[in-house]
Amino acid sequence: MESHVITNTQPATHWFKAAPVEAFSVNGGACVQYKGMQIAVYHFKATNEWYASQNMCPHKMQMVLSRGLIGDTCGEPKVACPLHKRSFSLVTGQNLNGEEYAIQVYPVKVEEGFVYINVGPAEGH
Amino acid sequence: MMNIVVIGNGMVGYKFCEKLVAKSTSKAFNITVIGEEPRPAYDRVHLSAYFSGTTVEELTMAPASWYAENGINLLTGELAISIDRTAKTVTTQHGRILSYDKLILVTGSGAFVPPIKGVEKDGVFVYRTIEDLEAIISYSKKAKKAAVIGGGLLGLEAAKAVLDLGLEAHVVEFAPRLMPRQLDEAGSTILQNKLESLGIGIHLTKNTASIEGENCISGMIFTDGTFLEVDMVVISAGIKPRDELAIKSGLATGTRGGIVVNDSLQTSDADIFAIGECALHGQMIYGLVAPGYEMADVVVSQLTGNNKTFTAYDMSTKLKLIGVDVASFGDPFCTSTKHRTIVLEDKVKGVYKRINISEDGKRLLGGILVGEAESYNMLLQTAKNNILLPPNPEDMILGARGGSEGAQGSGVMSLPDEALICSCENVSKGALCSAITEGELSDIKDIKKCTKAGTGCGGCIPMLNDLLTETMKAQGKVVRKVLCEHFTYTRQELFDIIKISGIRTYDNLIEEYGKGHGCEVCKPAVASMMASIWNEMILKQATIQDTNDQYLANIQRGGTYSVVPRIPGGEITAEKLIVIGQVAQKYGLYCKITGGQRIDLFGARVDQLPDIWEELIDAGFESGHAYGKSLRTVKSCVGSTWCRFGVQDSVTFAIEVEERYKGLRAPHKLKSAVSGCVRECAEAQSKDFGIIATEKGWNLYVCGNGGAKPQHAQLLASDIDKETCIKYIDRFLMFYIKTAEPLTRTATWLNKLEGGIDYLKQVVVHDSLGMGEQLEKEMEFLVETYQCEWREVVNNPQLRQRFKHFINSDEADPQIQFREERGQKVPVGWSR
Repeated sequence: MESHVITNTQPATHWFKAAPVEAFSVNGGACVQYKGMQIAVYHFKATNEWYASQNMCPHKMQMVLSRGLIGDTCGEPKVACPLHKRSFSLVTGQNLNGEEYAIQVYPVKVEEGFVYINVGPAEGH
Repeated sequence: MMNIVVIGNGMVGYKFCEKLVAKSTSKAFNITVIGEEPRPAYDRVHLSAYFSGTTVEELTMAPASWYAENGINLLTGELAISIDRTAKTVTTQHGRILSYDKLILVTGSGAFVPPIKGVEKDGVFVYRTIEDLEAIISYSKKAKKAAVIGGGLLGLEAAKAVLDLGLEAHVVEFAPRLMPRQLDEAGSTILQNKLESLGIGIHLTKNTASIEGENCISGMIFTDGTFLEVDMVVISAGIKPRDELAIKSGLATGTRGGIVVNDSLQTSDADIFAIGECALHGQMIYGLVAPGYEMADVVVSQLTGNNKTFTAYDMSTKLKLIGVDVASFGDPFCTSTKHRTIVLEDKVKGVYKRINISEDGKRLLGGILVGEAESYNMLLQTAKNNILLPPNPEDMILGARGGSEGAQGSGVMSLPDEALICSCENVSKGALCSAITEGELSDIKDIKKCTKAGTGCGGCIPMLNDLLTETMKAQGKVVRKVLCEHFTYTRQELFDIIKISGIRTYDNLIEEYGKGHGCEVCKPAVASMMASIWNEMILKQATIQDTNDQYLANIQRGGTYSVVPRIPGGEITAEKLIVIGQVAQKYGLYCKITGGQRIDLFGARVDQLPDIWEELIDAGFESGHAYGKSLRTVKSCVGSTWCRFGVQDSVTFAIEVEERYKGLRAPHKLKSAVSGCVRECAEAQSKDFGIIATEKGWNLYVCGNGGAKPQHAQLLASDIDKETCIKYIDRFLMFYIKTAEPLTRTATWLNKLEGGIDYLKQVVVHDSLGMGEQLEKEMEFLVETYQCEWREVVNNPQLRQRFKHFINSDEADPQIQFREERGQKVPVGWSR
């Protein structure tokens, strides 16, 4: 199970400039590519919160999470995989159906109309 | 503080302690338990499970620590040898002297060993305690054939145990039938056949004269002179109350054993009670655990100041013997009562059911079930609660024939509150329902913990399940049917809210009527309702649509999508077939004919979808809505146009129906079919609505489906003309769309609809709610506002923009991989 989580143990330092805010869907997910990685980015309009995670659903290892429905359970933001509706916390990456799979989540920030994702160490490390 | 001494630590002894601890508020009692066995009380009912690997710990009622935690002084491996009734003390074999204010005798019973010659030989065992079982297990290693003396309940349990040990098993019974206390001749025969087919030898009307053998057992000789070769004997011929201590102390006992007790369960000494299998109440020894528990309850009640008494106890029982269900309840024989009997005997399946009914046919007196005892709980309740029988009482044992499902469930709810559901723990339906409601219990585990119901023999667990489901369902009117944590409304309420308030977006709806960010339950449900009410292009709110609706295509393994153009009625020209072939070829799509008479093209990347559809739409195709909870297809047979049997033109009608309802969004998918004659080649009776041609017109069937739980559609109207048929379908579909819960197919919806098909007929055909016209108008609006979703996407650059994998790159998903199979591409499978 562990191998299906894209873990990143090194200190996260590099903010990747993903795309302008308008390119992302509102109250939904979108997928960005960064050096062969697929990252799903989610925007909650009501609270203007942004989250990012691996795009791969660890249940069946498919690149689909960005197409999932987002929402919350008891206030905790989550995404439900479009394939089998496994839900994951966008704060911790934990599976919310009580299963072992978890996903990697990444910090996101918005500056001057652009969305940045903290994907890990800067190039060369 | 009152000193309570309990002699005996079996199941009933434990239960007494448990109940007393639960009832005594402050530290009113100082309890000491004396048990001769080396371990705390264990579950003797499930003793044979010990053979199939259940451990002593699992059988233990409560660990020694439980006694300590509850301040009970537990003495195991200690035998009470005398009672001084004047000094009110008990002396144990270790010389310990315990004084009591009240003494409880729960000494239970020992195995009754008949006076057979050779019974003392090595290799003869009784079947009573874990130590007995351990001895049997160890001896069985050198044995091949074992006989069990006694064909009663325990004897058959023992036979199973012997079988589990890999030995050849024989049962020897003195009576002419098995389980003579529970079964009649016919029931016994069915059970015997079953057991024999499992390889157990059954020997009835056999009185054992002697057990033969010198150093080891060689066999048994019966009084009729016959011989049975065995090398091990297990005696399970009944119980003998353990009344030695009582006799020694001068308490009154029965001539055939047992400590005499009154209705308060006091022995001839008012400070000494006797409960369980050692007690003789009304000339009866109760050899079952349930009445023992009831006795424990009575004494606890006596000690805590509520003067409950013990009355004759129902000896109904149900058990699974070596995979065969056996049950008897109420008065199974009615030897001295005037009665009528209904019997079902199926020797092929090995099922025997007998019910005894009062002469006037109104009450159930008792009965016997062998081979299948699913209805036991209901029958027992019906008999015990004196419930008036339905006009056809045979239905109770023949099972519902063509009735609605869930009859069992509603059966539980129809019982009175005082009906005893768990007879081991004496828990009534009313107590269970209030525990479920007040304790907000949601599974059997919680129920067991809170009420103890289901912790004894476990026979009531199916009923507990039904009660739980039904009680929660009943609550659900307020609690459970609400959409989800974000909307405290039912779908039907929310449907009306959307309609009346005129709200057209999810964001506005959740802001005004909900809370939070929503979720994968309420978003698609609201999307579906808005589509059914406003019929606006669904991609206006793409992010609330369910998986497939988001991209107007069905997501498949590997994350690619499939494309299904509409082919109304399954009729298609060669030209259009060629176009589909060309498109499939150009984009390299896997082709498959669907069950709904159309063609599915698999393996399209999300970015290819608009291009593929552009070509299909140019050739005159429309979206097939295979991705939506909406009308899928209207299948047809060729009908009277070609078929020599056809009586009506089913293809034309199917096309008309499909064109009318295409794109109609509903709580779940809708399938339909039109057949041209009664031969029903289009399988209309397995559809949400199906039409079958008759000589005079059309028959309309509704609420069928295939899938995991196939259900035939039911006749709504017959011999109607096309206009009437369409009118009824309009009303039916809109009524369903307005009232069904999310993701509920029409069949399930009908099953839950109070009044069922008759009520639906009233609403649709007889317009009993007076809303027929309104339903038709609403449907007319949806028909008029239909637009092909894919045509809109293809012609709208902004919508087309959505169809790409990355937002920061035009690349396709590099992870998508295909391999080839039978000349077509298929996705590379996922790892698990």
